[in-house]
Amino acid sequence: MTTTIGLIFFLAAIGLCVIGIGGIVLSRNLFRMVLALAIAEAGANLLLVLAGYRWDAVAPILDPDQMPASMVDPVPQAMVLTAIVIGVGVQALALTLVIRVRQRYGTLDMHLARQRMAAEIDASAGIAPDRSQEQPRGERPLPAPAGGGHD
Amino acid sequence: MMRNVTTLLFLGGLGFMLLVITGTLDFGAPPMRIGTQIQQATPGDVGTANIVTAVVLGYRGLDTLGELSILFAAATAGGLVLGSAAARARPDGGFILRAGADLMFPLLLVAGLYIVMHGHLTPGGGFQGGVILAAAFFLPLLARPRTAPGHRWLMWIEGLSGATFIVIGLLALYRGEAFLTPLLDRGTLGELVSGGTLPLLYLAVGLKVGAELAGLLMRLAQDDEVAS
Repeated sequence: MTTTIGLIFFLAAIGLCVIGIGGIVLSRNLFRMVLALAIAEAGANLLLVLAGYRWDAVAPILDPDQMPASMVDPVPQAMVLTAIVIGVGVQALALTLVIRVRQRYGTLDMHLARQRMAAEIDASAGIAPDRSQEQPRGERPLPAPAGGGHD
Repeated sequence: MMRNVTTLLFLGGLGFMLLVITGTLDFGAPPMRIGTQIQQATPGDVGTANIVTAVVLGYRGLDTLGELSILFAAATAGGLVLGSAAARARPDGGFILRAGADLMFPLLLVAGLYIVMHGHLTPGGGFQGGVILAAAFFLPLLARPRTAPGHRWLMWIEGLSGATFIVIGLLALYRGEAFLTPLLDRGTLGELVSGGTLPLLYLAVGLKVGAELAGLLMRLAQDDEVAS
């Protein structure tokens, strides 16, 4: 069973994970989503490092003069080293895509960018913007079909 | 609204699940026994003072090669998405940034190379030192945006260091050992020249990571202006 101090550490790591994933799902701004991804990664890395912690232990570096009694587990640390580097690569790639979206559609808002992207695809395919095929409620007239539509 | 509620429910469930899982762990006494075995075997097997380096390059060198490939793929994809970066007319960095960059460049270079070269002795290594090297080469570009970045130069460093990593691994195969087995004499523990080929591998990793990240940062910095 975990002690109080261990619980605090684990709570911090889990909190970072939850905040990050919540930010990814709830945020509409693309750049904030990338930042939330970085926070979630930090939480996961902290969780991994905590899993290898040992009481009264030193960093896993051998000293030729004196051998300490115990060292923390080196395997999670090596894994976290790998995870950090891969995280940097993924974030850089995500940022390049965000930059491209902003250059193309002039916004970082996900919904706006999606609308503009759909409008652009429709325009390049030569079809009218998406609208309801059903009779609207309340006896309102259907909007007149845009020019160049396929009917 | 509904989406937010379901998201919050999911997040609460995720946090609760992680809390329950970690609650069963004995904090401060990891159940994994491989770590202790590696600690006991490292001085005889690999001969590096830093056991994390022994894990990263000695025991799991193949994973590190895969990690380098992922970083390479990310950097290549970033370059593909952003296109070739050309020097743009951007405002000059100003006197303070220019003087600071001139002052910091040699210091960052020395610190980065030191961390790379001592990766098998102290906390640090190719990845950490490589990031500092990337910062060293990125800083002058921020201060003087009009100078053309040396992409071709960086590409050569990156390719050659990556090839060196693989060639060192293949040499072990030639000697009849497994891929990326540490070769050469292990030396005395804690000396600069010890650990066989691991310092060479970490030097290759450091140069590769530094060149890759520097190229990526240069592309990002030169493409941050909105075209519209």
